[in-house]
Amino acid sequence: MTTELREAAGTSPLRKALETTTMELNFGPQHPATHGVYRAVLQLDGERVVGIESIIGYLHRGIEKWVEYRTYTKATPIFDRLDYVGAILNCHGYVGTVEKLMKIEVPKRAQYIRVVLDELQRIANHLLWLGTHALDLGAMTVLFYGLREREVIMDLFEAMVGQRLLQNAYPIGGVRLDFPRGWERACRNFMAELPHRLDEYETLLSSNRMWLQRTKGIGVISGAEAVALGLSGPTLRGSGVYFDVRKCIPYGSYEDFDFEVPLGENGDVYDRYIVRVREMRQSLRILQQALDGMPEGPLMPEKLSKIIRPPAGEVYFSVEGAKGQLGYYLVSDGTDKPWKCHVRSPSFINLQGLEKMVVGGLVADVVANIGSLDIVLGEVDR
Amino acid sequence: MTFESLMTYVGWPLIKIVILLGVVAFCVAYTVYIERRLLGFFQSRVGPNRVGPFGLIQPIADGLKLILKEDIIPANAQPFLFRIAPIFAIVPAFVGFAIISFAPPLVTGAGVVHPFVVKDVNLGILFLLSITSLGVFGIVLAGWSSGSKYPLFGSLRSASQMLSYEIPLTLSVLSVILMAGSFRLSDIVDAQSKLPFAIPLILAFGVYVISAVAETNRIPFDLPEGESELVGGFHTEYSGMRFAFYFLAEYANVVLVCCVATSLFLGGYKIPFVPYETLLAAHPILVSALGLAVFGVKAVLFLYFYIWIRATFPRYRYDQLLRIGWMVLLPIALLNLFLVAGIKLWLLR
Repeated sequence: MTTELREAAGTSPLRKALETTTMELNFGPQHPATHGVYRAVLQLDGERVVGIESIIGYLHRGIEKWVEYRTYTKATPIFDRLDYVGAILNCHGYVGTVEKLMKIEVPKRAQYIRVVLDELQRIANHLLWLGTHALDLGAMTVLFYGLREREVIMDLFEAMVGQRLLQNAYPIGGVRLDFPRGWERACRNFMAELPHRLDEYETLLSSNRMWLQRTKGIGVISGAEAVALGLSGPTLRGSGVYFDVRKCIPYGSYEDFDFEVPLGENGDVYDRYIVRVREMRQSLRILQQALDGMPEGPLMPEKLSKIIRPPAGEVYFSVEGAKGQLGYYLVSDGTDKPWKCHVRSPSFINLQGLEKMVVGGLVADVVANIGSLDIVLGEVDR
Repeated sequence: MTFESLMTYVGWPLIKIVILLGVVAFCVAYTVYIERRLLGFFQSRVGPNRVGPFGLIQPIADGLKLILKEDIIPANAQPFLFRIAPIFAIVPAFVGFAIISFAPPLVTGAGVVHPFVVKDVNLGILFLLSITSLGVFGIVLAGWSSGSKYPLFGSLRSASQMLSYEIPLTLSVLSVILMAGSFRLSDIVDAQSKLPFAIPLILAFGVYVISAVAETNRIPFDLPEGESELVGGFHTEYSGMRFAFYFLAEYANVVLVCCVATSLFLGGYKIPFVPYETLLAAHPILVSALGLAVFGVKAVLFLYFYIWIRATFPRYRYDQLLRIGWMVLLPIALLNLFLVAGIKLWLLR
């Protein structure tokens, strides 16, 4: 068609009648692939995404405010409800913050036990993430395999602290109980088994052409963009940025252990996937070292009053949560209740990267990208 | 009109249709059961095992539940189209079975032949292809009439997917027709007495299997439903028995594809490498029963393959799916067709 003809067509009434607009699609809050009550309003041109607006808050429970009316001890269990898939890590973050505020020295054995439970929780989180992410892309079998392995970890948690999902694992100052009899053997059995299982998942996914086509080159976010958006955790490391709180701001004896921080290259969905899978293997390395080098000693510091009453002041402390840098900011006015609490929740901040990832892609890629962010709405909305 | 002619033209076909409908509906219901059970084993869980022994009554319980459910028509829907769309989906899926010969014809007494087929149409394959491609109307209408965006997406995807995969499917079937020299399904089965077509026509068989998975909207090509993207795709707004119609239609299509693949590529009721003439000396009923069993075994093996695929693969993306259809399958199917035609011509000369 020549230019004149095209211009003529552009002004014709037919052309006007056939004018196309973008379509608005409500993606959530009840949607199988949003991992909770997350809602995205997509602007679609056919199947192509031209705009996305995230709407959150459906799971807002006011946890940060709620904490202001509870004593420091009583506030501990509510933080398990932030990221309910990685509850122990949340708990570690909070009790670590209070310990930093009160300058409590956690006994070495308690620190090592915390490392063991933390890394088990990280593996459990990544297993569930792997399953749901694969399910989002249609590979349903991996979900059940992942849940099968996660079940063993849940049993270990139950034996150790009495709960499976929301464990309320650590008291302020240390850990409550030592490993029960036979626990260490069960844990080592699991650690011996998991690498083979991970190989199985990688056979199903990493070496599957369909999986590679669905994930490689999708949702690319460069390292600089990721840093600018404040992303953290595997989402950031998928873009090749070396930042892991365990390495960069060591806490809880992590400096004692020898492990690598897996990095991606392209910052696409595949890199975020492979980083998490490799992280599970690194967590196993840490577990091995922690169990082998477990020091003897008390589980709680000797001088710790029953009532936690930190000195007035403010403190920020962060741990490497399952989703990224999980930070707590506490302001104390010297009473037994925090004056102000703020959580730097990695899911919430990582969610900012979504727009960069999905615009220009297809609807199916939105699902892949949300999956690769590993958000938990309990943590996004708090 | 005499009683005999009435029976020939109306009575027997009707009886056959009723029997076939019953058998097919039963098979479809238990295909769902087999799939759930097998998926359970693939995924290291048990699957339905509570209702009756080994959960065998589960399909009936599910059907009962769906019948008793409320039939909701959304306020935005176009009620007439919304109501009839499921019928468009389910009827072609069941009608397709009419031309399939499930067993060798039963020869009784004085040379009377009872074929195990409702109607052995001389253009059977064409009938089958045209009927099954009608099924897409059920999906498109459902998406269009639901008055909701996810079903609309599902139906749009479905329309382009069906269009893209119907062509390689038809081309692969065409090479079978070239080999057999007939459109009649029973002739095609007879032509495979010595060797199932899957071996010489391996390319066509491959194309057929992939296209058939796409035609029946199953993983890795289940984009019209794509539950993690489009919630339920074209049947998002359906509930109760109308939803069950789509469900049944999908599985009826699966069973149909298994039966067609068995007839076209796996030698139908023929036992591979064993000529039937040697068997016919045995009791005729025995031969027919044996043929039926062979057909069933082949179809179930193919079904197992189908379910295996579902348990293993992730879902393709919309554009990737279309690219595979047009850029990979279509050239292969065309190449295969030319090869078969060339070899056939060369042999005839």
